[in-house]
Parts: sequence; C-alpha cells; structure tokens
Amino acid sequence: MTDQSINDTVPGGAVRLSGISKTYGSYQAVQPLELTVPQGSFFALLGASGCGKTTTLRMIAGLEEPTTGTVHLGDQDVTGLPPYKRPVNTVFQSYALFPHLDIQENVAFGLRRRGIKSVKKQVGEMLELVQLTEHAQKKPHQLSGGQQQRVAVARALINHPKVLLLDEPLGALDLKLRRQMQLELKRIQTEVGITFVHVTHDQEEAMTMADQVAVMNAGAVEQLGAPTELYENPGTTFVANFLGTSNLIEAEITGSSGDDLVLKAGDGKLALPTTRCRAATATGGKLLLGIRPEKITLTHADDAGTVPDGRNRITGRITATSFIGVSTQYVIDSPVADGLEVYAQNIERDTRLAPGAEVVLHWNPAHGFGLDAAQDIDAGLTDGSDGADEGAA
Amino acid sequence: MTTVTEAPPEPPAEAGKPAARRRPRGRFVPYWLLLPGILWLVVFFALPMLYQASTSVQTGSLTEGYEVTWHFATYWDAIGEYWPQFLRSVQYAGTATVLCLLLGYPLAYLIAFKAGRWRSLVLILVIAPFFTSFLIRTLAWKTILADGGPVVGALNTLHVLDVTSWLGMTEGDRVLATPLAVVCGLTYNFLPFMVLPLYTSLERIDPRLHEAAGDLYARPFTTFRKVTFRLSMPGVVSGTLLTFIPASGDYINSQLLGSTNEKMIGNVIQSQFLTVLDYPTAAALSFILMAAILLIVTFYIRRSGTEDLV
Repeated sequence: MTDQSINDTVPGGAVRLSGISKTYGSYQAVQPLELTVPQGSFFALLGASGCGKTTTLRMIAGLEEPTTGTVHLGDQDVTGLPPYKRPVNTVFQSYALFPHLDIQENVAFGLRRRGIKSVKKQVGEMLELVQLTEHAQKKPHQLSGGQQQRVAVARALINHPKVLLLDEPLGALDLKLRRQMQLELKRIQTEVGITFVHVTHDQEEAMTMADQVAVMNAGAVEQLGAPTELYENPGTTFVANFLGTSNLIEAEITGSSGDDLVLKAGDGKLALPTTRCRAATATGGKLLLGIRPEKITLTHADDAGTVPDGRNRITGRITATSFIGVSTQYVIDSPVADGLEVYAQNIERDTRLAPGAEVVLHWNPAHGFGLDAAQDIDAGLTDGSDGADEGAA
Repeated sequence: MTTVTEAPPEPPAEAGKPAARRRPRGRFVPYWLLLPGILWLVVFFALPMLYQASTSVQTGSLTEGYEVTWHFATYWDAIGEYWPQFLRSVQYAGTATVLCLLLGYPLAYLIAFKAGRWRSLVLILVIAPFFTSFLIRTLAWKTILADGGPVVGALNTLHVLDVTSWLGMTEGDRVLATPLAVVCGLTYNFLPFMVLPLYTSLERIDPRLHEAAGDLYARPFTTFRKVTFRLSMPGVVSGTLLTFIPASGDYINSQLLGSTNEKMIGNVIQSQFLTVLDYPTAAALSFILMAAILLIVTFYIRRSGTEDLV
C-alpha cells in the first residue's frame, strides 16, 4: 500500500542522535549529544526555555540542520533528508493548522501529498480517534484551542509516522484542559503504539506522560531516565531542583559504616547508602545530601524520644507554614541548613507545629541522595519553583 | 357645535416606568460621526454621478445648449463606434495586470520571506516612484524605449522583438508607438499597486504553516501551490483589482507611449470631453466603462472564491 511505503523503509522506529549539535553564530544551542529513544515509548525532552530541547526536536523533524552529528530513524540515516522525506510528523506548538482548509482536509493533507486518492475512510477513523467527527466540515478558527490541538495530533498521526514529534503541544491551553489533554495524548499513544517525542518545560507534564524523560539544561542532557528514577534519584543539583523540590544539605564525609556513608552536617551525624551517592565517597570529601520534602517527617521537639532509631534526624525551628488542603508545607531553619522544606499530609495535624515551634526532622536514610558538592546548589531553582507553583495551583 | 376640550388622558403607563422612556444618551452619536463621510460621498460622488447620468441622456449642441431628452441611443451609438477601444482597453489592462502579477508576486514573496532586515528598505524602494509625478515617469519611458536606443537594440539582438511582433505587440524595429510600449508603461506604473497588497497578505502567513506543510510531505513547490498561494489569494485579488481597474481607464500611457492605433477608451473619453466637447457621448462612455468593469470584477471575485479569506 502506498500510504505505508514511506514508512516501511525504516525497520524499528527508534530515534538515535549521535554527536548532534547546533550552533547559531557563536551561540551553541545544542551541545553534542547522544540520545536514543526506544521504539514505542513516550519520550519527553524536559527543560526551561532556551535549553535546546525544541532545537533538538526540530533537528529530528528536519526543520533544522544539525551543525554536527547524525540523526537515525531506526537504521536509516536521515541527517541529510529534507522534512518532506522523513517518516516523522510534528505537532506544532501553535498547531499551524491550514486556515484555508476545513478540518477534514487538514487531516487529509499528508495523505494527499503522498498521492493517496481515497482518504475518506482513514480521515473518518482518525477524526473518531480524536473525537472530532462532527467538526469535519469546520474551519480551524471555528474550533476551540483544545479541539485545534486534537486536529493537529490527528493530522500528524494519520500518516502513521515512525515517530511523532510534539513541540509543547499543550502550552497554549489552560491548566484544566491541559490536564485533560495529557491523559488524552497518553491514551492515543497507547492506542496507536507510535513513538512519541514530547518537548515540554512543564516538569509535571513530563512526569505524568512520559516513560522516559531527558532533562536538558544549557544545550546538554543533564539526566535521562524514567520519571520515578529521575525524581527519586536525581543525578545533579539541576535535576534535583528542576524536578519537584529538593532540600540540599552541605555535608562532609567522615567515614562509613556497613553500606552507609557517615556524614557530618553542622553538628549532626547523618547516614546515606553508598549506592545512592553520585559523588566521590572518599572520607573527608564534601557532598550535597538531598532529601525530598515529602520524605521528611516532623515531630515536635517534646516528643523527640518517639523518633525510631536508624532514621536521620536534625533539629530546627519552624519559620513558616502554609496549608494547601491535602498537605501542609513547612519551612524550617536548622543549624544544618536554612529554609528546609517539609510537606506533610494532613492526616492527623499536630497543632503544636506552628511557626516558632522547635521540631525534629527525620527520614529514612535510604530516601536521601548524594550529589557532587562542586555543583551550583541553586541550579535549576528559579524554573523549578515555577513548576512547583503550577503544580500547587 | 360644542367643542369639548378634553384634557389629554394622563399616560399612566409612561409615568409609571420612566426608565423605559429614557433614550440611551449616545444613541445618535454614531450617525453624527458618519455625517462628514456621508456628506463627502454625496457632494463628491453621488452628485457628480447624477450629473453625468443626466448628461449622458441629453441632446443638443454646445452652441444651442443641452437638454435632457432621455436619448438612450447615445449609449448604443457609443458602443457601436468605440467598441474596438473598449476591447483594447480590456486587453491592455488585462495584459498589464497579468505582467504585474508575474513580476510583483516574486518581488512581494522575496520582501515578505527573504528580505530580512532589508525589508523596509525594499518596501520604500517599491513606493519610491510615487515621489515623482506619474506624467514625468511615463515620459521617461519614452526615452527608455526610444527608437535605436539601447533597450530596443538589446531586445532586437535577443530576438525578443521577433516574438512580440509575431504576437502583434510590436512592428518592425520599433517599440515606441506600439501596444508593447503602452502595456510596458501600464505595467510599470501600476506595479506598486500589485506588490503592496500581495506583500501584506504574504507577510501575514505564519511561516510555521510552511514548516507544517513540509512536515506533511509537501515538497517546496507543492507547499507554495497548496498553502502559500492559496493563503495569498486575498492579496492577489485586491492587487489585480487595484491594477486592472485604473489601468483600463488610463489614457496617459497610451497617449504618451502609443500612437493613434493604441488609443484606449480613456483617450476617447478624454477627447470627447475636452476636444470634441460631445458631453453626452463622453458621459455615456464613462458609464459603459464603469458597468463593464463592475461586471468583470464581480465575475472575477465570484470565481476566485476568496470571500471567506478576505
């Protein structure tokens, strides 16, 4: 069948970028990077604006020519191919629907360009998949943002691309609709089984939708992995701060006991499993001990005796609390570090935990992570807090 | 007869709901604001048209005076006598419009998509000729196309004149005083009227639509045909109208660059009004020209189907 021929030349569908980079004049938008997108996965490129994620996507689409490196789709080297010869399709940020064509013709555009005459059945099926059957005869401007977005997805998917590229496809939608479309896109991806490469600056969106996330910063991939892996075990301070919130405590390695490193922070002694440390573990070295706010339990200083043994514990004083319904967020100053954040579920609220209260913060040492202390402790912080605000809203 | 002066009954309903009687204060403001425009149209458009309409059905002579006699035969006589000039006007204006489109489209495309930081400069260059008088510019073409001049020499060497003479546009080694000269003049003079609307509609096209078309397997030329050109149709329509309408009524180009064989309808109207002083015929010709253009334009807009794009 003609409609499949363009795609059948590519066995497997994974994208493989080798040493790919992009330079505009003296500005390096993307540093040479290696990236492999597994076949059939939902892959997210996550980063703040200007981190090179869209440029990377455009190089896969063929809309941008890489300065160095190659792009492989399956076994085929497509680096030199123009966009119209690549078996990939893009959902553009602003949808880029053709305003002079109705929805039906927008969706049929790719099929027609490949010389397929009878498009009616396929277009009908595709409009059904995105639930727009009754809008087939309308022009794009007559549809809402969410509907236009679905047209853009249908227009790309109908070509059975080896890879579907999504460039911030939900950026123009309001929060509620965005949530809905996240689930919708995930459903469609599961249904059609096509590899999706999704560019976004919204860490929550990336974590909800993607099987694999590549966190990009300043034109390079900081860390690549499954969302839980990235969240539970971030490899750099940027990832720790950009993805959710992290408390980072400067500590010194004083020795080891069994599988754990023994750390000294302020005057407290803390433990960290060696396997969860990404920094050099030599005694006397410095590292940053990270711990997510929701992993910390707060106990009032009067009840300090009830804290079980074997948990890391530090003392502090609450400086601020904010109640958000499902949880309460506390900000705590401690001799170890200032401005530590703790999120506690509102199950049994201890009314003594008010600003000014002396508390003990304690957590399971296995929930901590160790990072190289040479990094900027605040990397990714401004953007990360944006994401947190959005998540809380 | 007793006159019973009844006291007008109190309108209780009105007294009861004063709110219903109150007029919105600004209700007439839009109409007052329209007034200057309406006055302008009445004085400078409607009245002259009525005057010309009445002139066209008058009979008489300059010495004995004219009188409205509802002499519609003037129209038939005018068509009978001057149809070659009408036809020629449509031909010349049509050819010039097509040439303007062929020259102006690439130019507008370049300005809109490729000129980058030179865009404003090129746009200024496009309208720069307007800083000089229409007449002077057309006279300059007389020099450019002069017999034995470099342009004619070059066209001759390149055998372009053989082609145009086969097409009946030139005769022998001359360009001046041929249809080609008139069409050249018209094309040159009306080119900016084509380029500017084209540029405006091309410039409005989101460049991402080009990327989207390429992404959906359209080769660059297909992208142009299926997306760019279709979206620039409003510009094509307004550009061709802005070129065709004034060009078909123009008489300067034909007078300065053509001979008596290239007379257009504008020349006839001008000489009827100013030389022959046959006002009814001149007025009738004006109305026929107007009606003809209106018909052509209506047909053209219907055919181009750009109603929902404009």
